[in-house]
Amino acid sequence: MDDSLETKEDAVLRVMNLSVDFDVKGNNVSILSKVNFGLGLGETLGIVGESGCGKSMTALALLRMVPSPPGKISDGEVLLNNLDLMTLSQKEIKKIRGKEISMIFQEPMTSLNPVFTVGNQLVETILEHKDLSRADALKEAIELLRLVQIPAPEQRIKEYPHQLSGGMRQRIMIAMALVCEPKVLIADEPTTALDVTVQAQIFDLLKEIQAKTQMSIILITHDFGAITEMADRVIVMYAGYKVEEGTLDEIRNSPLHPYTQGLLRSMLVIKPDSSGFKMPLPEIPGSVPDLLNRQPGCPFGPRCSQATVKCRSMPPNFNLGFKRSVKCWLVDNGRVE
Amino acid sequence: MKQAIFQRIFLGIVMITAVIILNFFLLHAAPGDVVDAMLAEGGGGDPELAARLRASYGLDEATHIQLIKYLGQVFRGDLGYSFYYDQSVTELLLGHLPTTLMLTISALILAVVFGTLFGVYAALKPKGIFSNFVTVLSLFGYATPVFWLGMIILLVFALYLPLFPAFGIRSLPEPEHAVGRILDIIHHLVLPTFTLAILYLASYSRISRASMLDVLGSDYIRTARAKGLSETKVIFKHSLKNAAMPVVTLAGLQLAQVFSGAILVETVFSLPGVGPLLYESIVRRDFPVILGVLFGAASTTIIANIITDLIYKYMDPRIQSIT
Repeated sequence: MDDSLETKEDAVLRVMNLSVDFDVKGNNVSILSKVNFGLGLGETLGIVGESGCGKSMTALALLRMVPSPPGKISDGEVLLNNLDLMTLSQKEIKKIRGKEISMIFQEPMTSLNPVFTVGNQLVETILEHKDLSRADALKEAIELLRLVQIPAPEQRIKEYPHQLSGGMRQRIMIAMALVCEPKVLIADEPTTALDVTVQAQIFDLLKEIQAKTQMSIILITHDFGAITEMADRVIVMYAGYKVEEGTLDEIRNSPLHPYTQGLLRSMLVIKPDSSGFKMPLPEIPGSVPDLLNRQPGCPFGPRCSQATVKCRSMPPNFNLGFKRSVKCWLVDNGRVE
Repeated sequence: MKQAIFQRIFLGIVMITAVIILNFFLLHAAPGDVVDAMLAEGGGGDPELAARLRASYGLDEATHIQLIKYLGQVFRGDLGYSFYYDQSVTELLLGHLPTTLMLTISALILAVVFGTLFGVYAALKPKGIFSNFVTVLSLFGYATPVFWLGMIILLVFALYLPLFPAFGIRSLPEPEHAVGRILDIIHHLVLPTFTLAILYLASYSRISRASMLDVLGSDYIRTARAKGLSETKVIFKHSLKNAAMPVVTLAGLQLAQVFSGAILVETVFSLPGVGPLLYESIVRRDFPVILGVLFGAASTTIIANIITDLIYKYMDPRIQSIT
C-alpha cells in the first residue's frame, strides 16, 4: 500500500484494512474486506453503494459498534488523529463515541427513545461528556436546538419524540451529535426517511454547521443525488469492497469502475419535456453476490459487461493519483494502493 | 387527568355492582344454603327447625328481595353477617386479610424485582449459561403445580432441615416483645412467600427476557450507545423503561389477585388467610362471606387496573388517556 498518498497533514481520520466478519451458522462471512480511506479536516466524504454493500457496517465499525455476536472486526486500524480506536478499552472508546465521533441514523422516527423527553436525551448526552450542572446542561441543550434551527426550543425540549415531525427529530439527532463539537460526524442515510424538501433543509444545516466548526462528515447513502449535494469526495462500495474512490467530480464525470458507471447510468434524469419518464431506467443486470458463497475473483465480475478472463482473479485497488483508486483490471497501471 | 380517574372510579362502582348482582344470582342458583350445610354438619334436623333458621337469617324471602337488601347494606358499607362464624363479614375479612396481603404482596414484589432482573441479564447474553438457566427455571415455575412445590419446600426446609415453621402465622406461645412478634410472623411467612414467588417469577423472567431482547435490537439503543453512554445507562435507563411495559401489564393482572390469590399456598402452609376462608365458606354455603370475598376481589381488580393505567401513562408518554 502506498502510504504517502493517504497520509496528509490534515487527515482527521484514517482507516486502514478495516475488515468485518460475521459468523453465520458457523460460517465465517466477510462483510467488509480491507477498506481503506482517509478523511480530511472539514471534508465531506460520501460512501455510496446498494443495500448490503457494507456501507453502514463501515460506519458502525469505525465506532466499534458492530453487533457482536455475530459480527466482529477482524482486522484493520482506525486512526483518529493518530489514536488507534481499535486498540482502545471499552471505557476509552465510549469517550470517543458522541464526543470525538458522532453518528446520526437513517430512521429519525425510531432513533430517539420514545419514553424520554427530547431534553432528557440531550442533557444526558451533555452530562456524559461534560462536567456541567444539570441546569447548565439544559441551557446548553436549548442552545443546541437553536443551532439546529428548531423554533421555540424552550418548548420543544419538554416534548417527547412522538410529538415532533420527522425533520424535527432528525434535527434533534443532529443536535445530540453536535454536543461536544465532534471532529467527525457519521451520517448514515440521514435523509432517507424524509421528503426531499426536508432533505435539502437538513443538508443545508449540516453544511452550515460544517462551515462553522470545520467538522468532517462521512455521509453514507445509496442516493447519488444526496452525494452530489453534499460530498467533496466519494467512495463507491460493492459487496464489502471499496471499488472506486475519487473526488465528486471524478466520480460523477469520469467514473472508471463499471459498477460506478452502471450506478450513474441508472440515475433518473428529469428532462423538461418529461420524456425522461417514458424511458425505462437502465439497470445493472444481475444481483448482489451471495456473501455466503463468494466466488473467487472480482465481486462485480458476474454482472460486469466488460468482464474478461482476468476478472476471475481479484483485482487490487489501482492507484490513479491522489486519493483516486479503482478496483478493476481495466485501469491496471501497475500501481497498487 | 383527574377527571379521567373519577370517571374510572365511577365506572368501577358500576362494575362492582354488576359483579355483586351476578355473584348473588350464581350463588342462589346453586342448590343448598347455609341451613342445609349446618343441619348436615349437625347430623340432620327436622324441616321445622330448618324453616325457623331460614326465617331468622332472612333466607325465606324471595331472591330479588334479598338481593336488594344486600345491595343496600353494601352501599352503607356493611358487608353483612356470617351465619357460620357469627361475626360481621367485614371483621372476618379484616382478620384474614393481613396474612394474605403480606404473603401475596411480598411474593409479588420479589417476583417482579428478581424476575425482571433475571430476564434482563438473560437477555444480555441470550445464549449464555445464565440465560439457559433462566429459561429452564421459568419452565419449571410454569409447569410445577404450586401445591406440589409447596409440599416439597415444606418437607425440605421445615422437616428435614427444620429452619422454618411448617404451618400457621404465629408461634404459640407468642414472643413477648413486639419486635419479636414481627420477626416471628416474618419467619412463618418465608416458605409460603418463596413458594408463591417462584411461581410468579417464572412469568416475569420470561416476559422481561423476551421484551428486553426486542428492545435491545432497536434503533434508539444503538443511538444511546453511539452517544457514548455507559452500558449501565443503556440497559437500566434506555432499555428497561421500554421493556418494562409487559411486566407492568402482568404485575397489574396479578395485583388484581392479591386479595384472593393464594388459596393453594395458604392451604398447604395452613395460613389463616382469605383463601381458606373463601374455600370453607363455599363448603358451608356461607353466602355473605363468599359475597364479601368476591366483592373485595372485584374492588381490588378495579383498583389494580386504575393503578396499572397510571403507571402505563408514566412509563410511556405515547399513551394519551387512561380512559
